[in-house]
Amino acid sequence: MAEYTIKVRRYQPESGEAAYWEEFGVDLDPSLSVLDGLLQAKDREDGSLAVRCSCRAAICGSCGMKINGKSGLGCQTQIGEAQELADKKSSAVGGASEGNVITIEPMGNMPVIKDLVTDMESTHWTKIRRVTPWLLPHGEPPEREYIVEPESMVDITQSMACIQCGACVSSCLSMEADPLFIGPAALAKAYRFVGDPRDAETAERLTDLAHDPHGIYDCTHCFSCVDACPKGVAPMDQIMRLRRKAGENGIEDPNSGHSHEMAFVKIIEKKGTLDESLLLQESFAPGVLGKLMPTKRAIKEMIGSIPVAIRGIKTGKMRSLPKLIPGVHHKLPDQDDVKAIYKHAEEHNEEFNLYIKGEEGDEEAAVEEGLEPAAAPGAEEATNG
Amino acid sequence: MPSHDVLVIGAGLAGQRAALSAAEQGVSVGIVSKVHPVRSHSNAAQGGINAALNPDDTWESHAFDTVKGSDYLGDQDAIEIMAREAPEEILHMEHLGVTFHRNEEGKLGTRAFGGASAARTYYVADITGQAIMHVLYEQLMKYSEQITRYEEWFSSSLAIDEKGECCGIVTRNVADGSMELFQAKSVILATGGSGQIWKPTTNALICTGDGIAMAYRVGAKLMDMEMIQYHPTTLAGKGFLITEGARGEGALLLNKNGERFMEKYAPNKMELASRDVVSRAEQTEIDEGRGFPDGTVALDITVVPKKRIHEALREIVLVGRDFAGVDITREPIHIKPGNHYTMGGVKTDVEGRTDIPGLYAAGEVACVSVHGGNRLGANSLLDTLIFGKHSGRDAAARALRTAWSKPSGKVLEDEQAMVDDINGREKGSGRRVSEIKLELGQTMDGKVAVFRDEAGITEALETVRRLKEEAKTAYIDDHGSVFNQDLMGAIELGYMLDCAECSCIGALERKESRGAQFRTDFPERNDEEWLKHINLEKTEDGPEISYSEVTITQWQPEARTY
Repeated sequence: MAEYTIKVRRYQPESGEAAYWEEFGVDLDPSLSVLDGLLQAKDREDGSLAVRCSCRAAICGSCGMKINGKSGLGCQTQIGEAQELADKKSSAVGGASEGNVITIEPMGNMPVIKDLVTDMESTHWTKIRRVTPWLLPHGEPPEREYIVEPESMVDITQSMACIQCGACVSSCLSMEADPLFIGPAALAKAYRFVGDPRDAETAERLTDLAHDPHGIYDCTHCFSCVDACPKGVAPMDQIMRLRRKAGENGIEDPNSGHSHEMAFVKIIEKKGTLDESLLLQESFAPGVLGKLMPTKRAIKEMIGSIPVAIRGIKTGKMRSLPKLIPGVHHKLPDQDDVKAIYKHAEEHNEEFNLYIKGEEGDEEAAVEEGLEPAAAPGAEEATNG
Repeated sequence: MPSHDVLVIGAGLAGQRAALSAAEQGVSVGIVSKVHPVRSHSNAAQGGINAALNPDDTWESHAFDTVKGSDYLGDQDAIEIMAREAPEEILHMEHLGVTFHRNEEGKLGTRAFGGASAARTYYVADITGQAIMHVLYEQLMKYSEQITRYEEWFSSSLAIDEKGECCGIVTRNVADGSMELFQAKSVILATGGSGQIWKPTTNALICTGDGIAMAYRVGAKLMDMEMIQYHPTTLAGKGFLITEGARGEGALLLNKNGERFMEKYAPNKMELASRDVVSRAEQTEIDEGRGFPDGTVALDITVVPKKRIHEALREIVLVGRDFAGVDITREPIHIKPGNHYTMGGVKTDVEGRTDIPGLYAAGEVACVSVHGGNRLGANSLLDTLIFGKHSGRDAAARALRTAWSKPSGKVLEDEQAMVDDINGREKGSGRRVSEIKLELGQTMDGKVAVFRDEAGITEALETVRRLKEEAKTAYIDDHGSVFNQDLMGAIELGYMLDCAECSCIGALERKESRGAQFRTDFPERNDEEWLKHINLEKTEDGPEISYSEVTITQWQPEARTY
């Protein structure tokens, strides 16, 4: 047993008062969860403390919350570990001005109903319904089961592992900037159908998600969702899979998302580093031909980008010559490593998700990956574009 | 007054399946759940779902395993229906989009499970319940025009008209506290079991026996309430579940001396004997001093190839890591029997009909009975789907031939008065609701568990009856309208105490050992006197006992060994 102080962000809508912080002292084994701490406070001190919870075992997805500022599940976070993190944070800001207590807040990017209870319907579930979240097979089903590649089922089971807790939505930085962004959970759900060989509307789904200005190209690869997800769904990886499939299907999106990604790939392949001054023209008017005979849309997009460029110059983001004048930016001296990376990526075009990784090569490595859902493989996929 | 031909209370697998099945008949359907549907406890079913779908397998074999698993207390007509219809239902789920595991040919693949004579468990990694439930919820979203979802509405009472037929429910919108009377021609209870009566339990906090108690209070009969399953592999103290799939994949049970003790208790099926058999074996090892100091035995999953663990038991890797600090691929994990499943429940026929016209029950809330004295692993998901489907269909058929009956406003007034009464209790007027729940849980786990005797059960019953009195003055802190979980907790306590009383009465009454009921004072199965169901009906003086026959079609009771 150990004593902890949990500091909870409270909001009681019927009191007429604004949200406030309240501290509770709890007494429990360090291996028990933050949710156990909250329930103890609720049971012993204040039954009006509202928190959704049910299974206590990270299966039902009810108790999404922010613990020490990080989105996750209350039941999956051991209170002892949460305390260690609070201690670290406290010493990082130079001592215990606020006392090193565990802070608990409702999830972000959603309205708060009461205390830790958020309105998931108006945000999360509305977005889920946006992606036509049911299977659209072709014609009548077969007499027996659909015969499909075993790996394809394992592949989409990673998305099926989503428990709809909203932790990824809570942590999504893109959604903070653009509340209309379809977001990590709903896009992971979309991949569950796009990747499903039984679904007949793959191209339609991809076109829809690529054309939506708040769709798959609204993600900025920040990894917050991968980090927050308690089930190893890695929503960002699923978004990257959607992008890749959209590219493979030759979907021209009005957001120029795909061509923008291709521009990244091309520039880095050539120079080993990102020449930002080339990025804009490569995105909208790729290649020599694109520049000699720019399309109307390319011209429009380039002109449309001028204010962004000016803002960049003003704020100092685009002030040096290599950033302004195309081609001035230096190449990396040794291109061999870059080429090797590209070669490896091309040879390993087939993707493996966490469920399949257990079968891959080095067993010890597989174990490590299995235990750390947010580990490096996701990063490789992201930079592969 | 909101009105639907068919109202379903509870939105786990049974409820969602019932709603879809009713909607297929063209009636208007409402589905009411105290939590968002995907939070329902069907999520927790990890291992899989049984069906004799493989050409080498037969439904008779599945049915016989289930009959034997039930210790011959299951009704064989119902078991036959379940086993016969299982293959079609699995295929239906596959067609809707469930991502079932495939074999190398791309066809549905199976794993082995306890008490089964063939590998007939179909699965999605170890998230089978979750995977099926989320697919059903996809269908609810798809058919939102026919099926109205009332998500986070807490139901507190059933409305019965002057003819004695069920005609609606009283339910509370959790978001704003408004109480409403909903009208219906048929009401289907799909509210799950009552595991929260025990502490610890593998059951979620929402499993408080709501539907069992609501049906009991309006006069429906309950059946075999003493039959409570203790699952062989749960984490000590916390009660988290380690799937039977682990043993299906080859994991071993070892005592502190490293002995594979199941050799003594079930030399043929070993770790894959029926759950009641394995739980008793473990408890015997622990009680006789061959367990670990923390009152456990060990489950050794390290014998399963690592690749296979990561593919098929991933959830268990996470449970081990997050909740026990154990890497199950490298070391054994300590487990013990823990409360898991309510075999008993509201007595129904094979169409889900209870004793009250218009009232149906399906899934764990119901007792058809397909599980009898002991449920086989991977038969619970099947039960929810098959009898959810039957209930939905029959409830819709009834609605199509029945005229509307207007529920009396009095039931709403009574419920409002009940809420006002709880709200009006002053702090310190009695005990805290949470204290009573804790005492209840510890009492039941201590006295009405794997091994039982008259003295212990009597003591538990006395405690439950005292707690029932104390609950009448128990107070809460929250007196508001918005998301008042405190108030719902007080109402749930009432449900739990009703269920607990019935479980004690049943356990006391059944003077034999059958399935999950093991009486140390009556250690043998006694077919002559007790091959029958125990029914309980509410009266002023508590539950009244009566009996009903067990339906036997083709399998006469035999000695049960594994």
